Amino acid sequence: MSRVGKIARRTFLVGSAAIAGGVAFGYYMYKRPAKNPLLDDLAAGEAALTPYVMINAEGITLITPRADSGQGVYSVQAAMIAEELDVDLDQVKVDPGPPSPAYYNTALAEEAAPFRPTNEGFTAESARGMMDVLMKFLGMQVTGGSTTVPDGYEKLRIAGAVARETLKAAAAAETGVPVSQLKTERGAVILPDGTARNYVDLAAKAAEIDPVEKVVLRDPSEWRLMGKPMMRHDILAKSTGTLTYGIDAKIDGMVHAAIKLNPRQGGAMISYDDSAALALPGVQKVIPIKGGVGVIASNTWYAIQGAEAVACDWGPAPFPPEQAQHWEALASSFTAEAQDSQQRNDGDVEAALEGAQVIEAEYRAPYLAHAPLEPISAIVQVTDERVDIWTGTQIPRFVQSNVAKMTGLDADNVHVHVMMMGGSFGHRLEDEVVKQATELAIAMKGTPVKLTYSREEDMIHDFARQIAMGRGRGAVKDGKVHAFDLGIAMPSVVVSQLGRQGLNMPGPDTQIVAGAWEQPFAIPNYRVTGYRAPQLAPISSWRSVGASSNGFLHDGFLDELIHAAGADPMVERIRLCWHEPSRKVLQAVKEMSGWDGFEMGENRGRGVAFTLSFGVPVAEVVEVTNTDRGIKIDKVYVAADVGKIVDPINFDNLVKGGVIWGLGHAINCEITYTDGIVDQTNFHVYEGLRMYQSPQIEVQGLENASKIRGIGEPPVPPAAPALANAIFAATGQRLREMPFNKFIDFV
Amino acid sequence: MKLNVNGADHEVDVDPNMPLLWVLRDELGITGPKYGCGIAQCGACTVHIDGQAVRSCQVAIGDLQGDVTTIEGLGTPDALHAVQAAWVEHQVAQCGYCQSGQIMQAAAMLELNPEPTDADIDAVMSGNLCRCGTYPRIRAAVKTAAANLKGA
Ligand code: FES
Ligand code: FES
Repeated sequence: MSRVGKIARRTFLVGSAAIAGGVAFGYYMYKRPAKNPLLDDLAAGEAALTPYVMINAEGITLITPRADSGQGVYSVQAAMIAEELDVDLDQVKVDPGPPSPAYYNTALAEEAAPFRPTNEGFTAESARGMMDVLMKFLGMQVTGGSTTVPDGYEKLRIAGAVARETLKAAAAAETGVPVSQLKTERGAVILPDGTARNYVDLAAKAAEIDPVEKVVLRDPSEWRLMGKPMMRHDILAKSTGTLTYGIDAKIDGMVHAAIKLNPRQGGAMISYDDSAALALPGVQKVIPIKGGVGVIASNTWYAIQGAEAVACDWGPAPFPPEQAQHWEALASSFTAEAQDSQQRNDGDVEAALEGAQVIEAEYRAPYLAHAPLEPISAIVQVTDERVDIWTGTQIPRFVQSNVAKMTGLDADNVHVHVMMMGGSFGHRLEDEVVKQATELAIAMKGTPVKLTYSREEDMIHDFARQIAMGRGRGAVKDGKVHAFDLGIAMPSVVVSQLGRQGLNMPGPDTQIVAGAWEQPFAIPNYRVTGYRAPQLAPISSWRSVGASSNGFLHDGFLDELIHAAGADPMVERIRLCWHEPSRKVLQAVKEMSGWDGFEMGENRGRGVAFTLSFGVPVAEVVEVTNTDRGIKIDKVYVAADVGKIVDPINFDNLVKGGVIWGLGHAINCEITYTDGIVDQTNFHVYEGLRMYQSPQIEVQGLENASKIRGIGEPPVPPAAPALANAIFAATGQRLREMPFNKFIDFV
Repeated sequence: MKLNVNGADHEVDVDPNMPLLWVLRDELGITGPKYGCGIAQCGACTVHIDGQAVRSCQVAIGDLQGDVTTIEGLGTPDALHAVQAAWVEHQVAQCGYCQSGQIMQAAAMLELNPEPTDADIDAVMSGNLCRCGTYPRIRAAVKTAAANLKGA
């Protein structure tokens, strides 16, 4: 009780507002006195309501403001609200944001409620929430990405509870029955005589009374929905081809567009010749944009053909053109001047290594593309009064303000309609496609322009995962790991990504050492140092960000030391691990896999790896066979601890997907540059895992950790090192660079 | 050019080189088949032509022979095909973008081979990429669909 009250008062004020024909419940956020760049457009003392529950004649709508690119968070967020609101998921609509922003804006602004919302109302506020996600995702807070569940866990339940209690108060006011005698179930307040008053019928009354602010959240033992298997609300649509993704959207009168950009990303276009393109069927227009051209046509395929036919003269790449130069830049960054952080420095590494037999190794992780299966796209319509944007984005707030700048309109007149996304993995934290579509839409004023990237443009103009290099030195003593010293060099993802949004980030970039410096191992002499390499190719957050490379660097090298000590990889990790929930995930995979050593007979072997990332400890055991056609992955065991599992089915699906993602990229994916151009243009050279390589995966979720966390990213980092460690166990070959198929064959 | 999609006749006036995928999506507004790669590497665009699973990004409309079935014609939310019902039961989808193609591929396979082994499933389904990694659930759903079709 007191805990909830404190949370509500410290950061938010729970409230309600009247809307046309009903009521909205949510949080008011105030501009705080301290300068907060996220709230720049609110005057001091002003407030905006973020509704999570809206009830009117049309029914009950739950607002789930965090973007869903396949991780199922719309359903998870809805369940958190519904749990306390006492509605079932089949009784509500789930809406990622305003289908008609103007409606919410005016409704919220014009109605006098306990607190007057500013005129920017709902759209801006929900978008502001998204920006928060990005900030966290980028590592400005140690909790990092996968924030939807931890962020919503209390907020959404409180919103649901406030709505429920206020509806009860409304029923009490209407009927004269005291609140203490009222119950709620399935979207209705139940009177002592059993009659039900529907929430929808109580909405108008609820809007008139003061919202109930003090609520007690239910104990997990009382949950009806959370913690139990759920049917995700979008499964039916996704199984019948009836879900409209961004790429499927259609606006009346729209034209189709494709682009051809300088393949040296960020380079200029010097000149172009569109005569061949304009002679093609269906091509209507060629429009020069920043760094290339856009082709307008009556059909996406015509537009793509047209774009290919434009002859362009390109400027040079604004970064070193050859891949080898990128590695050289990293290799020469292990210097005192380039040191970015040294947050882990236990014992005395130098003294421990002095005179010892020092084990040294260098690890590498390549650039990678996000390549969501749905290529990125955006529809933009620009008129004199307003802009409408339909796109799958994780950063609608940035999209809104960037397009406002480009068009000279107020942000209030820029309407972002967030579409369902066919994957993201971080790609949709960038908004170049919207900017390009806006350039085209400005040139085509009044006409909606749908820009669809070809797969090739999507790959070549992705913002890659960082490359990383790790240099380890270590020593063993008495059969134990005695000293571990890891330096990691990479360019800063955060600087690159925020730089594109005109923001800068002072201080060290913790993503350079994420997944390494914070590992819960009590190695007596233990040091992790981050080195900031110069900015090279533009890079971006990729599923699990810094830990996506560093999990491999850290755990791979740890495995080398454990083997050098002659210790058992599982037993030694458990011995070294001081953090209870982490030790338990290691113990869980030990039991699940029947671990009795890394050897499993001739040509077989198993490896274990562990990474704590985004606050979630994950341990994975991979079993492989070295066949005469190459390595076959037989089986994977995973244990992860997210504190509380909201939906066990979604949890299982996301963990398996994360493992497959981690293994697939480790085996056969890399992005390299030649002459400043990405070499990999489509899935024929960037495959990931296919069904025949996909192993059986056993998953166990633990709930020992004290805080609830998200599971989208943490299963990724330990997958690659677990595989490398298993291959070492089976073959004696130590893999220190991804992708592994450069060094060993896979079945 | 004339074509029959999901039992309905259509006529389109386009470049005969245009892939069937883009005729379906942009000319006819049938968006169940998805664009993922355009080069026969991902399977997201899979449709049936006279019952055979085909990558619609590889069929020029001028060369099309036979009736086309897309996921919309396989079954609907109110009348699910057995494969779709299995996909719902196992909650296969994450982002869901590959799943139209996966389902069309699986339905065509079960038509020819009602009792596929694990190896059969791997061989037939490996042309369909899933970036979200739903393969374990696809495998399970194919087996459920096979069992249900057999019982039917
Ligand atoms: S779009 Fe046809 S196979 Fe990928
Ligand atoms: S479910 Fe996302 S690509 Fe398969």
